[in-house]
Order: sequence, then structure tokens, then C-alpha cells
Amino acid sequence: MALPNKPKGELKAVRDPEVEEREVDILVVGGGMAACGTAFELKKWMSDDQSVLLVDKAAMERSGAVAQGLSAINTYIGSNSPDDYVRMVRNDLMGIVREDLIFDLGCHVDDSVHLFEEWGLPIWKKSEDGKNLDGKKGQKMGTLKGGATPVRTGKWQIMINGESYKRIVAEAAKLALGEDNILERVFIVELLLDKKNENQIAGAIGISVRENKVYLIKCKTMMVACGGAVNIYQPRSVGEGKGRAWYPVWNSGSTYYLCMKVGAELSMMENRFTPARFKDGYGPVGAWFLLFKAKALNGLGENYVGSAAAKAELENYAPYGTAAITPTCLRNHLMLFEMKAGRGPIIMDTVTALAEIGKTMDKKELKHLESEAWEDFLDMTCGQANLWCATNTEPEKKNSEIMPTEPYLLGSHSGCCGLWTSGPDYDWVPDAYKWGHNGKVYNRMTTVVGLFTSGDGVGCSGHKFSSGSHAEGRMAAKSMVRFVRDNKDYKPEVAISAKEAVDIAYKPVRTYLDNAAYTTADDINPAYMKPNGMMYRMMKATHEYGAGTATYYLTTSKNLEIVMELLQTMREDCEKLAAGDLHELMRAWEILHRIWTVESHLRHIQFRKETRYPGFYYQADYPQQDDANWFCFTNSKFDPKSQKWDTFKRDYIKIIPD
Amino acid sequence: MPSFVITEKCDGCKGGDKTACMYICPNDLMVLDPNDMKAYNQEPDQCWECFSCVKICPTQAIEVRGYADFVPLGSSIMPMMGTEDVMWTCKFRNGTIKRFKFPIRTTPEGQANAYTSLKGKDLDSNLLSTEEADGYSIVKPKALA
Ligand SMILES: Cc1cc2nc3c(=O)[nH]c(=O)nc-3n(C[C@H](O)[C@H](O)[C@H](O)COP(=O)(O)OP(=O)(O)OC[C@H]3O[C@@H](n4cnc5c(N)ncnc54)[C@H](O)[C@@H]3O)c2cc1C
Ligand code: SF4
Ligand code: SF4
Repeated sequence: MALPNKPKGELKAVRDPEVEEREVDILVVGGGMAACGTAFELKKWMSDDQSVLLVDKAAMERSGAVAQGLSAINTYIGSNSPDDYVRMVRNDLMGIVREDLIFDLGCHVDDSVHLFEEWGLPIWKKSEDGKNLDGKKGQKMGTLKGGATPVRTGKWQIMINGESYKRIVAEAAKLALGEDNILERVFIVELLLDKKNENQIAGAIGISVRENKVYLIKCKTMMVACGGAVNIYQPRSVGEGKGRAWYPVWNSGSTYYLCMKVGAELSMMENRFTPARFKDGYGPVGAWFLLFKAKALNGLGENYVGSAAAKAELENYAPYGTAAITPTCLRNHLMLFEMKAGRGPIIMDTVTALAEIGKTMDKKELKHLESEAWEDFLDMTCGQANLWCATNTEPEKKNSEIMPTEPYLLGSHSGCCGLWTSGPDYDWVPDAYKWGHNGKVYNRMTTVVGLFTSGDGVGCSGHKFSSGSHAEGRMAAKSMVRFVRDNKDYKPEVAISAKEAVDIAYKPVRTYLDNAAYTTADDINPAYMKPNGMMYRMMKATHEYGAGTATYYLTTSKNLEIVMELLQTMREDCEKLAAGDLHELMRAWEILHRIWTVESHLRHIQFRKETRYPGFYYQADYPQQDDANWFCFTNSKFDPKSQKWDTFKRDYIKIIPD
Repeated sequence: MPSFVITEKCDGCKGGDKTACMYICPNDLMVLDPNDMKAYNQEPDQCWECFSCVKICPTQAIEVRGYADFVPLGSSIMPMMGTEDVMWTCKFRNGTIKRFKFPIRTTPEGQANAYTSLKGKDLDSNLLSTEEADGYSIVKPKALA
């Protein structure tokens, strides 16, 4: 149930908040695409005596990465095969992926897309004479499920009118789960293991962002789907524009933090995403390249991607570099090559592209084309549209600059960091890739018993996007219900009392209340650190030493050593985080989640002694790919008992031949 | 590009215990000043310009002013939400105005089919509930078939 809102200024954080204890069979943490999939699917399988609770830090209607909408569904298999889907993802991610997870996803993703359309998401269609119809006009062609043809921008993407995408998906999720089983504006701060079974999940601690209240929730099984991580690196705009990251600023790495802190194994955390986007506004470029066939030019006006030098450079990364679709990181690599050689800036030639398409169009069609170009921004990056307006940019008359962004961590877009999870229980899935509990396999379960993830949380299988994340949330939901059925007698017990849960969750509040009176300026106090200050400290360290934009994404072994030491002191100083109000309390927890997340990222970069993803990051001491030693997954585990990290290799097993 | 609230237009959602902008902001930025009962963005540098607050405000009191870092003054983009479409007015710095209308949904709000009465049959198969109902069957990688 949504809570009534209270104004921040009115509601300072108090020393002793109320505590609410809950016990459910299934706890879902997050309310984004994946969690909405879970919410839709759960009750179809649960028995009447089983209970469930979903908690989201925001309002599901507009939470997560799809809050402002999307203009495309990037994964729809349609007449393609899941085998080819695996091949595409594998090539984009430079060869090392979990093919079992990807194939499995490819088998179910379309079902979610068909539901979206049934729920009211407008999906573009091809008319009989091959013209593009928007989602409303296209209705007369029938549904995708009924065989209508979508408008493809690439082999896998389909166009939508997606302003209300998240509202539609959340509506179905809420109806399916029931409002009474949903808590909005609750931020999960820590997970809890079972008192008796040391590697089994038993609950979570949450804080309300609307009232002074701590939740201690016990559960038999849990889904953590809190998206990826942003603002772990200094963004390119550092004033007001800090909010204009490409990735939604509110996803703070909770998925990775929460799971790693209870000992779940992470995989491929070195993989990051630094998308090339329209400069400053970070508007999407996909439709420009794929739908409008625009070219990127260097500062000399050359189509550098088509040059002999670029081709030769891509040859160095064969077979990935020479495949039909150049991997995302290598496209960045070519762009950075130009920029570093003094042949920047990189310009998207929108003028020529629109003129070319316009040649075969009448006035009405041209008008429609212009509208399509604007919609691509207005549906998912409104701010870019305003930047065009503010700079008097009409794309048919004036070109725009593009540039790679600061790094983000995610597992569902063109990146693949995340948790190491079990695949499905099929005979063709290698034994090393399936596990569970008491001899049973649970798809998408992490290495902690009863703890599941999906969407950005599942590592080694990028390119799921919105639709795949939703489908994966549903797949995991079914596994979770099975887990509850199979473990009827499990009674979760946590090792802490309700009072101790408050001590943990409200520590920053108490630090604040104990010390704030000492100085005359709220933010400057030797006894504590406000989350805002800590954020700048983390960003500066990762920016300079951790392959941020400051160094064109380059780091070295020595730099990594330094940043590790800096992060260590940051974690120590986080003991003194201070929060005076509930919003700041959430910020305090977010920064802690971010610090641990980026530390795991850098630990993995440190461990992997090669440069697997040129264009995303460069390890200068190991500038090449090294297939002989590193054609494997890199995993890490934080041991909650010893409080120590371990980093190690896991075998890559090829399932789908080339 | 932080959101801002026009003093005159905001009525604090009529003093209810739930203001629309505060309800919706995914980053918990919109708050109500309890003295004059007007909303404001408490952390403009954490605003993602997602327009969720702009779209939901019943009095159209919220607009967006481009980030000081890189957006020249003088432009604006404003959505008008309907039940089936959104209408955007994009005003350029040089005065040019463009209007666009896009569909947003094809069904009445609140009526998404959540299949609330659908009950899955075989919990041990890997079929999703609607796949099972449709008689879909699991496939194997072609290469291994
Ligand atoms: C800018 C951008 C453009 C994209 N464009 C496309 C596109 O065109 N087509 C496409 O198909 N896909 C696109 N994607 C990808 C798609 O949005 C993601 O794949 C998908 O949203 C991932 O789902 P998720 O559930 O893992 O995360 P999200 O949808 O981001 O959900 C995360 C959820 O966790 C909640 N949360 C976070 N922390 C906590 C916590 N500690 N406690 C409680 N709740 C918490 C959040 O409020 C949110 O509800 C895009 C993504 C981005 C960022
Ligand atoms: S939604 Fe609009 S009217 Fe309501 S409080 Fe916010 S700004 Fe004011
Ligand atoms: S534009 Fe989005 S992020 Fe900014 S205040 Fe409004 S709802 Fe929040």
C-alpha cells in the first residue's frame, strides 16, 4: 500500500523510530521491470496460504530505469532464433557469457512483449505496403502475438510509443500482486542470513523514506532486483547537470551491495557500460544509427568508422571486431581513438541522414519523419529535446556532437556485470552452471540459498533490456515459488533483534543527533560526514584512478592500488555517515551501496590481467586481450563471516557453436 | 535540467496528505514546504529530468529549466497528458515552436489484464503461466537438437 507523503522539512529523522516486523514467504526487493515481472507471475503459482511482499524505494508507476518511458523494446526474438540471440550477445560482450542464461531468456522474452501489447503499450507495425505505422494506427494490423509485423530498427529491436511503458507494466504488476502486498517508499539497506543455516537468506532491513520507521522483514526466499549503479564515477557535468547521467540517478548499486554483503558470488563485475550518446543531454543514438542510418564523423568530417585504419584496428579484435555488428565497446574504442589523436569532436551527421531519407518522401511523410526523430528523445530523454530547443538545433539543419559517458554498472543493457546465478534445469546446461538446494535446481538463484535476482542483477548475460528483464523476473518468480514449496519446513530466523535492526539502519541519524550541535554549519563537522561529501570523495577517487573519463577510461595496476586504499578509508569513514532527515538517511545508505559496488568493480579490473573491453576501459599494464589466460569468468565473493574478499576464475563453457 | 515549481500555480495539492509530485518522483526530490504549502525540488542537482512530476501535477505548476551547466536559457518543452496521447510543445530559444502528439496507451487506464484468475498447473516445468495456458512448449538450442 502506498503511504501518505509527508514533507521533508517537517519530518526530521528521530533517534528512535517505530519498528515494524513482518514475516512473509516471498520478499521482492525493487519495483522495476524485473520486479514487475516477478509481481505479475508470482500469484499464478503461489498457493492461497503463501504470502508475499514487494518493497520499492519509489512509486512503481515511475520507478527504475523506465520511469520516463522508452522508445523501443530492445529484445524481441520474433522470427529470429534464440540460438542467434545467444550468438549476438556473445559477440557484443567479447565472447565470455553464460549461454544457458541467455538462451533461456530468449525462449521467454516474447511472451512478456505480447503481454505489454495486450496491456495497452502501443507497438509500431509495418503496413501491408511496408510503411511504418505508429502504435495507434498500427492496431489495425493486429497484434504481434497474432502475427503482425513489428517495425525493426535492428535485428532485435522493435519501435514503440513508450511514454507510459512503466505505468502500464506497473499497473499489471500491482493488480496481479494486490496493493496490500506492496510497500512503496521503503529502501532496503541490508539483507540478513539465517541464524542456523549460514548460507541461507532469511530477511532484510528497510527504512521508510516517508516516516520514521524501520522494517524488519523475514522471508523464506527473496528476489533482489534493484537495477544497476550510477554516480559511482564523476559525471561529465558536475554542477546542476550532475543529475543528467545517462543511467537513472536513483539506482545506487543496491542489487550488488545487498547480495554481496551476505556472501553471494559476483561475476564479471569488471564489465561496465560507457555508452556513446548525444553530448551533455545523453539522448539515445540507436534510432539515429539504425532507423535514420546516420553516420558519425570525426572533427575532420571523415566517416572514421569506414576508414582503413578503423578496419585494421577491428581486425585486432577478431572474431568480435570483424563480426557483422561491431561490439559496443569497440565502437567506443574507435571513437576514443579519434578523440585522442586530436581528430575530435565526433559529430552525428543528422543533416545528411534526414536529407537522404527525405529524398523519397512527400511532405506529409517528411513531417512524420521529423516527429519520429523528436519522439525518440521525448519518450525517453526529454532533457535532450530541451537541449536541442535551447541550442536552436533542428536535426535536419544542424548536426549534434556525440561522446561516451561516464561508466555505469549494469547487467541488462549492453553490459554484463552482476550476480553469479544458476541456469535452468535442462540436460544441455552444464553441471557447473546449475545449482540449488537439497538436490534441486533453482533457476536464477544466486550462490546464497533462497536468494534470487533478475534483470540488471544477473551477471554474464547482457542485452536483456526492458522486455528481457521483465521475462527474467517472471522466470525467477516461478523458481521462488518452487523453492517455498520444497522448503515448507524452513522457518527463517535472523540473528538480530528489532532493536538491533534499528541500531543498524538509524546509525547515521544517531551520529547526526549526537554531534550536530557542535558546529554552526550543519554539513561541516569533524565528527561526521554527510553523504553528499562522501559522494564527491568517491567520485573523485574513481574518476582519477579507476579509469573514469579523466583518463579516457585508462587505469594501471598502481592506480588501482591507490584507489583501493582510498576506498578502504572511505568504507571506514562511512561508519561516521550522518543524516538529519529521512531523505538524507536514504542518501547515506545509497552512498555506502555505491562505494562497495564500485570497489567490487575495481577489484575485478585488478584481478583480470588483460583488457577485455577496449572502449569501456583499458588496463595499461595489460593492454591486450589474453585469451590463453583470461578466457574465463572472473568471480568474487565477500565472506560475511571473515569479512574478506576472494577473487577467482570460473570456466567459460561454450554451448552454442558459432 | 531541474524541475521547478511556479509559486502561483501550486496549490499544494489542496492540502491533502499526499501531493502528486512527492508521490511520483523516483528520486524523492519533490517536497512540500509546510508553511506556505507549496512544493519545491529539494536537490536540483539530482534531478534526472524525467518529467514524471511535470506530467502528474494537476495544476501544471511544474516545469523544467535546463541545467545551468550546459543549457542556454529561453527554451522549454511541456507535455500535456491525455488518456491516450501525450501532446508536447517544444519552444526553441529563437522562438520556433514545434508540437508533437504521440500515443501513450491503447487501453483504458486501470484495466491492464493481470490474469488474476489464471492459475498455473505444472510448477515443475519451466513454462511461464501464460505460456502454459497457450500450449507453448520449451525448445532446445537448435544446435543441440
Ligand atoms: C537510459 C536508458 C535507456 C534504455 N533504453 C531501453 C530501450 O530503449 N529499450 C529497452 O528495451 N530497454 C532499454 N533500457 C534498459 C531497461 O530499462 C532495463 O534493462 C530494465 O529497466 C532493467 O530492469 P531492472 O528491474 O533490473 O531495473 P530497474 O527497472 O531500473 O528497476 C530497479 C528498481 O529497484 C528499485 N530500488 C533500487 N534500489 C532499491 C532499494 N535499495 N530498495 C528498494 N528498492 C530499490 C527502484 O526504485 C526500481 O524500482 C534502457 C535503460 C536505460 C538506463
Ligand atoms: S503536484 Fe503540483 S500542485 Fe501538487 S504539490 Fe506538486 S507542484 Fe503543487
Ligand atoms: S523531473 Fe523527475 S527526477 Fe526531477 S524532480 Fe521531477 S520527478 Fe523528480
